[in-house]
Order: sequence, then structure tokens, then C-alpha cells
Amino acid sequence: MLEAFFSSWVLPTLRVSTPLIFAALGGLWCERSGVVQIGLEGFMLVGAFFAAVATPYFSNPYLGLFIGGLAGMILSLLYGVTVLKLRANQIVSGTAINLFALGIPPFLSKIWFDSTGSTPPIPSESQFHSAPLVIMVFTVVGSALIYHYSKIGMRLRFAGEHPKALESAGVSVSWKRWQGVMMSGFLSGIAGGTLSTYLSSSFTRNMSAGRGFIALAAVILGKWKPIPTVLACILFGLTEQLQIRLQGVVLWGVEPVPVQWIQILPYLITLLVLAFAVGRSFAPKGLGQIE
Amino acid sequence: MKSVMNASLKSFLKSAAGALLGFFIGLIICKLAGESPIKVLKVLYQSSFGTGYDFGMTLFYTAPLILTGLAVAIPFKAGLFNIGAEGQLTIGALAAAWAGVLGAHLQSPAIAIGFAFILSFLAGGVWGAIPGYLKAKRGSHEVITTIMLNFIAAGATAYFTLYSIKDPDSSQAETIPIPPVFHLKPFQIFNGAPMGELILVLIGIVLLLHFILWNSVWGYELKAIGENERAAETYGISKQKVWLSSMFVAGGIAGLVGVVEVLGNAHRFKIGFSADYGFVGIAVALVARGNILGILPSAFLFGILQKGAGSLDLETDKVTRDLSYIIQGLIILGVASEGIWDSLKLIRRKKNA
Repeated sequence: MLEAFFSSWVLPTLRVSTPLIFAALGGLWCERSGVVQIGLEGFMLVGAFFAAVATPYFSNPYLGLFIGGLAGMILSLLYGVTVLKLRANQIVSGTAINLFALGIPPFLSKIWFDSTGSTPPIPSESQFHSAPLVIMVFTVVGSALIYHYSKIGMRLRFAGEHPKALESAGVSVSWKRWQGVMMSGFLSGIAGGTLSTYLSSSFTRNMSAGRGFIALAAVILGKWKPIPTVLACILFGLTEQLQIRLQGVVLWGVEPVPVQWIQILPYLITLLVLAFAVGRSFAPKGLGQIE
Repeated sequence: MKSVMNASLKSFLKSAAGALLGFFIGLIICKLAGESPIKVLKVLYQSSFGTGYDFGMTLFYTAPLILTGLAVAIPFKAGLFNIGAEGQLTIGALAAAWAGVLGAHLQSPAIAIGFAFILSFLAGGVWGAIPGYLKAKRGSHEVITTIMLNFIAAGATAYFTLYSIKDPDSSQAETIPIPPVFHLKPFQIFNGAPMGELILVLIGIVLLLHFILWNSVWGYELKAIGENERAAETYGISKQKVWLSSMFVAGGIAGLVGVVEVLGNAHRFKIGFSADYGFVGIAVALVARGNILGILPSAFLFGILQKGAGSLDLETDKVTRDLSYIIQGLIILGVASEGIWDSLKLIRRKKNA
């Protein structure tokens, strides 16, 4: 009984939560450093594409996942330059990054595979089994420890909370924010990579499907703290799992619930949770303010 | 007055230069992909101005962008970022198709078209008002709520299309066609491109909104909240009211895309008809820099890009229509990156010194 529950609910839920958790931790670091991060979705998409390309190329999913992370990080540099150096509005620039990222996979897949936005399937011998789940657990524990107990974590939080105090202590706020931005790019790239190499076995057009935004909602719901954020991701992962499970199921003795209603469940629940659970009042005080 | 003119001219030039810079980088990317930028430019030009039909189609792509550009620009004036125009226009378009079902008995074109107009506006408006309400009452960030509502709109409209007003004679996912009394007539010179007097109506809407924003209490309150929330509130302006009303109006205007598409073109609602008009509207509004009249040239520019992008698929070997996303992203970054101009000033100062 317990075992069945574990294998049919707990494990699959953690599985679908994995990309959300990686992306949300990335978003957490970035927003904690004082930079709004709407671009998680774009980093994820690019990470998913490059991981799906690199994994069969090197016949190594670990390397593929890492390259997905790097791709996300490289895109985050563009975001960093525009918002930290060129004073672009952070939400506007993040949206531009998302649009830009939407075009990259089909643009490259046309050149590399002559396809319009999907990659060839990853052969089964270089597919992941459960390693991303383990990496995710280590990342969560590591992030929580760094966040609460290390100098790096404390300074990063100060960059978002009291930038002036940090500056007067002789630490560069701008560098801390660069770290936050790059961290969000790398972790969201990994998040995307798990989407294409772990939850499925190829890249398909626009496969992130709003998960970058759901991850950001999890950060807000988790009040910008690591463990509550991860729990929020698991809540959203549960709705996604519920969505998968409910398809074709007969409820209330009538016809199956139409698939259109089931598919919007994760988005609807995200919206409701966001509306009724929290406000923006827990945000870092210096969020979005660039001198 | 002169300094105001200078400031807005300066802002326009900055915006145009930023857009050009983004576009130029896009062309460099084409070059790197092994496609001649000159050829890409030629394809874009031919595709949008080549014939009367092509020009009509360019205007057909411009029309929704005028509306979605407004839908982003108006809440932006009040400090809100509406990336939900895609969902709002989808709901509006379904409402336009539904108007055809509800008004099947109508005889007068004026009443029928007016009915569809109002229904599209109201449906889009209510959809837009939801994130406005959530922001005002619950403090939920509008960027996330509007994105979620885009997905919900896609699912909900798909459901109603397939289960409520599906065309029984069609194997496609589309609604019952609207009666001919609802159809908008295209101009003859466009040789079959689906665009007629409607484009003049849309220009009228832009002028009207410009007038309202600068000459009404509502417009004043909107800008006051957008510029300085706290100061405006001490003067007794309610930000809740402003957020809710601006998002309602924005959603309603986005909903009118339904009139362009359903009454002017397809004469029914088709799932997935929108060429990401809602998202391109963000670029349109930003390039216009919040200037309502600037939406017109800006939408036209992106209309050319939308129309031309389709031809890139056919006419070039390496570049697809998805290039337009890359170019749009780069244009937004180019326009938004205020700091570029400071670094130019620094260079000039160094040269002079």
C-alpha cells in the first residue's frame, strides 16, 4: 500500500517537480541579490534545447545537462549586461530575453537538423534514469546551507536587502548581483535540461510551457526562502502530476473531464495560490532597484 | 512647449536607433547562419510591399498589433506590465464568434457588427480586469497572473470551440461560421487581402485614446499613479481603481483583435489563429516608448516583420520565421537599454577632452 503510493504519487511528483525546483532556486538567488528575474522561462528553453543536442552528441547525459546549464548562463549574461550595465527595465528586458529564447531553438535546429524546432530523440543508452533527482536533492540541501549559513549567501542577501550597507562594508553590490543573475541562468538551464533529457527524451518546440513563470510563482509563494520555495514547487509539481493522472478518468460517474480543463489545472492552481496565499510584501527590499 | 517637443523627438530618435541596433544585430546573426542579410532585407521588402495584396496583408498583420500595442502601452502608463494581451485577444475573438451565434437573426450589418464589437471588448476587458483586480486587491504580480491567464484562456477557448459552438460540418477545431451580415468588407485595391475600413477605425481608436489620456481625469490619474504611486495616493487618487480600469480597457482593446480576425478574416474562431500578436504587442509598445501615437508606426514596422517572416520560410534556405522572435527580442533590448546612450556620451566626452 505504502509502496504503491510512493511509486505512483511521491516519486512521479518529485520527478515533475525537478525542473521547477532547479529554476525556482535560480530565481531565488537572483531575486535575493536584488534583481527581478522574469527570464527563467527563456533560460529554461535554451537549456532544454542545448542539453537535448549535447547529450546524444557526447553520449553523456551529465555533460549534456551541464551544457544546458552553461547555455542558460550565457543567455543570462545578456540579461545581466542589459539590466546591470545598460540600466534596462528588468521586467522589460526579461520579457525580451524570453522572446529571444523562443527563437533560438528553431533557428538552430533548422541549421543543424533541418527541422523546425525539435531535436532527434536521445538514444536510450544515454538517457537518464534517476540521477537528476539526486542532483536536485543535493542542490536543494546545498542551496539552503549556503543561503542560511555562509558568508556568500549572507552577502548576496544583503545585496538585495540593504545594498548601501553592503557597499559601505566594501563589498561590490554589482558583483553580487552578477552572481545572482548567472546563478539563475545556470540553474534554469539545468532545469530545462532535466525537462528534455529526464522528463522526456528530446526537445520539442516551446517545451518549457510556462514552467519558468510557475517557478517564479513558487519563489513568491515561498516568500523568497529556499525550503518553502522548494515545497511550493512540489505543490505545483503535484498539480502537474494530478493533471497527468486525471486525463481520461471518469469523475462523478459521467463522461471523462474534458482534457482542456485538466490541462489548465496547473496554471489555474498557480493563479489561485498566488492570489489567495501571499502578497508581494515579502520581497527583498532592494528588489529591482539599480543605482 | 519647445522643450517638450524636443524631449519627445529625442526619445523617438533614441527608440528608433535602439530598434535599428537590435535589427542590425539580427541581420548579423543571419550572416553567421550563412544567409545573406541583403537577401533577407529584400525578402522582407518584397513580401510586405511587393503588390497591392502584399501591402493589404501587411496592414492585416499591423491591425492586431495596433490593438495589442495599446493593450500593453496603457497599463504601462499606470506602472503595470500587461503580458496577457495574448489571452485577452483569444477570449475577445471567441466572443466575436459567439456574437455570430447569438445574433444569427440580426438583419442590419451596423447592429450586427456593433454587437460583435461590444461583446469582444467586454469579454477581453473582463479577462484583463482579473489580473488588475488581483493586483489591486491581493498584490499578486501582474506578470505572473497574466501569463497564467494566457494558458487558461487557451484551454478555455479550446473547450468552448470544441464543445459549445463547434462547426459540425468541419473537421478542424473551429466554431460555426458567422452569418454574412457580420462580415467586414475588404478594400478592392488589396486584391483579396482581408483589410478594409477597419484600419481607419483602428487609427481612430488610437487618436481617441491619445486624446483621452491627455485630456481626461482618468488619463491624468493613470499617469499620476504610473509616475509616482505614493505622491498620487496622497492626492487622493486610488491606485486600485486605476489598475482595475486600465487593465479593463487594455483587455477590451486587445479583445477587439477578435473583430479584425473573426469579422474581417476567418469569419469564425479558429484555435491558435493568433501569430503571437499579444507578445509582439509588447515590442510594439516599447518601441513607441509609451507614446500612444507612436504605436501606429511601431505596429506597422512589426507588421512588416510579421508578414515578411512568413516569406523567409519559403524564400531562404537557412532562416525561418522564428528569426522574427530573435529580432523582436533584440529590438526590445536595444530600445530598453537606456545606458547605451550614456556610454556613447562618455566616448564623445573623452574625444573632446
